[in-house]
Amino acid sequence: MDFRLTPEQESFRNEVRAWVKQNLPKEWTSRVISGPDVPRVEAYKFLREWQKRLFDAGFIGLTWPKEYGGRGLTFLEEFILHEEMALAKAPPVLNILGIAMAGPTIIAYGTEEQKKRYLAKILSCEEIWCQGYSEPNAGSDLASLQCRAIRDGDDFRVTGQKVWTSIAQAADWMMLLARTDPDAPKHKGITYFLLDMHSPGVSVRPLRQITGDAEFNEVFFDNVSVPAANVLGGINNGWAVRITTLMYERLALGFGLQVRLRIALDALVGLAQRTKTNGDVASKDPIVRQKLAQLWIDTEAFKYTGARAITKLLKGEMPGAEASTGKIWWCETHQRLQDIAMELQGPYHQLMAGTDRAVDQGLWQYTYLRSRANSVEGGTTEIQKNIIGERVLGLPKG
Amino acid sequence: MDFGFNQEQEMLRATARKFFENECPSTFVRKMMDDPAGVTPDFWQKLAEQGWLGLIYPEAFGGVGLGFVDLAVLMEEMGRAVMPGPYFSTVLLGGLAIQEAGSESQKKEWLTKISGGAAKVTLALTEPNARWDAAGVTLQAREARGGFTLSGTKLFVHDAHTADALVVAARTANAASPEDGVSLFLVPKDARGLEVKLLPTMDQTRKLCEVTLKDVSVGADALVGEKGKGWQPLARVVDRAAVALCAEMCGGAQKILDMTTEYAKIRIAFGKPIGAYQGVKHRAADMLVDVENAKSITYYAAWAVDEQVAEAPLAASMAKAYVSDAYRKVAAAGIQLHGGIGFTWEHDLHLYFKRAKGSEFTFGDATYHRERVAQLINL
Repeated sequence: MDFRLTPEQESFRNEVRAWVKQNLPKEWTSRVISGPDVPRVEAYKFLREWQKRLFDAGFIGLTWPKEYGGRGLTFLEEFILHEEMALAKAPPVLNILGIAMAGPTIIAYGTEEQKKRYLAKILSCEEIWCQGYSEPNAGSDLASLQCRAIRDGDDFRVTGQKVWTSIAQAADWMMLLARTDPDAPKHKGITYFLLDMHSPGVSVRPLRQITGDAEFNEVFFDNVSVPAANVLGGINNGWAVRITTLMYERLALGFGLQVRLRIALDALVGLAQRTKTNGDVASKDPIVRQKLAQLWIDTEAFKYTGARAITKLLKGEMPGAEASTGKIWWCETHQRLQDIAMELQGPYHQLMAGTDRAVDQGLWQYTYLRSRANSVEGGTTEIQKNIIGERVLGLPKG
Repeated sequence: MDFGFNQEQEMLRATARKFFENECPSTFVRKMMDDPAGVTPDFWQKLAEQGWLGLIYPEAFGGVGLGFVDLAVLMEEMGRAVMPGPYFSTVLLGGLAIQEAGSESQKKEWLTKISGGAAKVTLALTEPNARWDAAGVTLQAREARGGFTLSGTKLFVHDAHTADALVVAARTANAASPEDGVSLFLVPKDARGLEVKLLPTMDQTRKLCEVTLKDVSVGADALVGEKGKGWQPLARVVDRAAVALCAEMCGGAQKILDMTTEYAKIRIAFGKPIGAYQGVKHRAADMLVDVENAKSITYYAAWAVDEQVAEAPLAASMAKAYVSDAYRKVAAAGIQLHGGIGFTWEHDLHLYFKRAKGSEFTFGDATYHRERVAQLINL
């Protein structure tokens, strides 16, 4: 056990640090997340440019093979990169679903043509990806999805609906799960498609969220033609394709979550140090100190639990129980953090962006509301606990 | 960066688990609960033969020269077995105080004896004021006739009744900062004026004593470290012992989770194993989250105190805060998911539940350590 970096890793850290110092956009938070006043398109445009710059500098797709635009590095460099981004409070990576989900799945299951066609453009953010999994009647019970894909010569014809599809309004491609064999048991008749979002018959309708913002969407397919060449991992094999890459997704997304938690925590500490309650700064209040210290500890625990999982991967072992807990822990900690941010603001917490009286231009109000989705999106906390209970602890299915 | 155990450490874990399954089953633990000594000479000697009494001491003093990450592995297994006896007080408290502050000759004498199983030493730090910081040390040591005279009361002293000597934290000066003026003294068990009373404790696997010193005279050679400068090494001992304790607590929590999931698979209610119900399954998942985080933060702290990185005190406090809450919660959940059987004396769960509670407050509970974290992160 050793937390020190090797000279090579140290020099990689310095490389990232120096680059970020030079290239970090100023005042980006208020431009990207300030609620419905800033149109999403503008935010996406900014984040797209940011990812392109990261890519040009070689900081996107570190673990991907070199021939597909990656750097062939390990999860450790990825860990270092994310830690540095957190320290610098860097903007998020826009095409995260492409990088963390579509890409690794294509690397694992794709044909050579598919790899050549899609991977590099995911990294450069030339093509944005969204995830077409959930449907109105298939959320936590995803395998009961009904969106149909029917064979038609060299193509498939897709008809149905997806919902809660983040970033669909900007996406060029979708990872689509659709039913290709309605007679098979529900897990067996699903196929994983790579769907061109610009195809005729695809329509996207933004859904307004409790933030007032429209980040996710409904997506409708009306007899959309998808070439059979866009099947990933074989017909009726979609469920297996999805499951196999799940662990890598969790890890890769976990890096990003750690960054976001650390940035939010640092901001919260800053807020506590300048917000007065009863005549003194909140950070001197013993109860506030207890709550902030607990958040600090929980954020660190999240990082070290992730580090244990990475270590196993680096040694060529499969991560164990420690890899399964991150999502639940992150949601719980982040939602608590946002609750405390509201509490610190007292009556000011009621003010949204649009008045000088709002704290931090109303950013906290946005993130507070947005955080409610954390324990629903990407698998609800309840489903995560079922997974832990059944797959890690070996408890019987209900 | 490598956040895993090496092959030797995995071997140590396997050896220790087997050893404790054979030598320290719950029948033995229960016998020792009723035995005032809390350990048998035979068992103690076996720990010495394994090299575990001197695991972290230098080879020059009869030890094995391993580090705190190795120790964490061993302590986890001890916690898994709720091992009774004065291991913690001797190796991590009295012995470690001598290692951190003692002279070469004190180390040579005592660490060698401890490693070989020939002596037990504890640390008398806390007092009836129940404080963990330097201001809690009020027991007076006056200079007299080329030596010192100690007077005062120490409370919650681990295993003082079986110790051959006590390292006593005393105040030799009242300075502006309570951290100045603390001195450590090695007091033999038969010193005149030293009285030790064994206290009835909730966790019977861990014995606590009240120690009264009435004008106890010791020579100048009883001083461990520099006069008035005892707090610094003592603070290191406390941080290190707390981290070792965290590892022990993680082992206990993991054992409870194992017992509980096994039970949830075989206990049938309404025609199904209770583990199939989400009310049970989700609580078990919560236990796992706590156990895994507890381990992560403890392993990091073990590495940090071992390497003496600048963040070591923060790492120790983060671990003690997290694990103190986690073990108590996991133990309580274990009893709840077992139902009535978990509340019986016959079932082993209460041994862990009580150990969790006692350990929670040893060297400060979560509330104490969260405040310390707040200070260390300059909040």
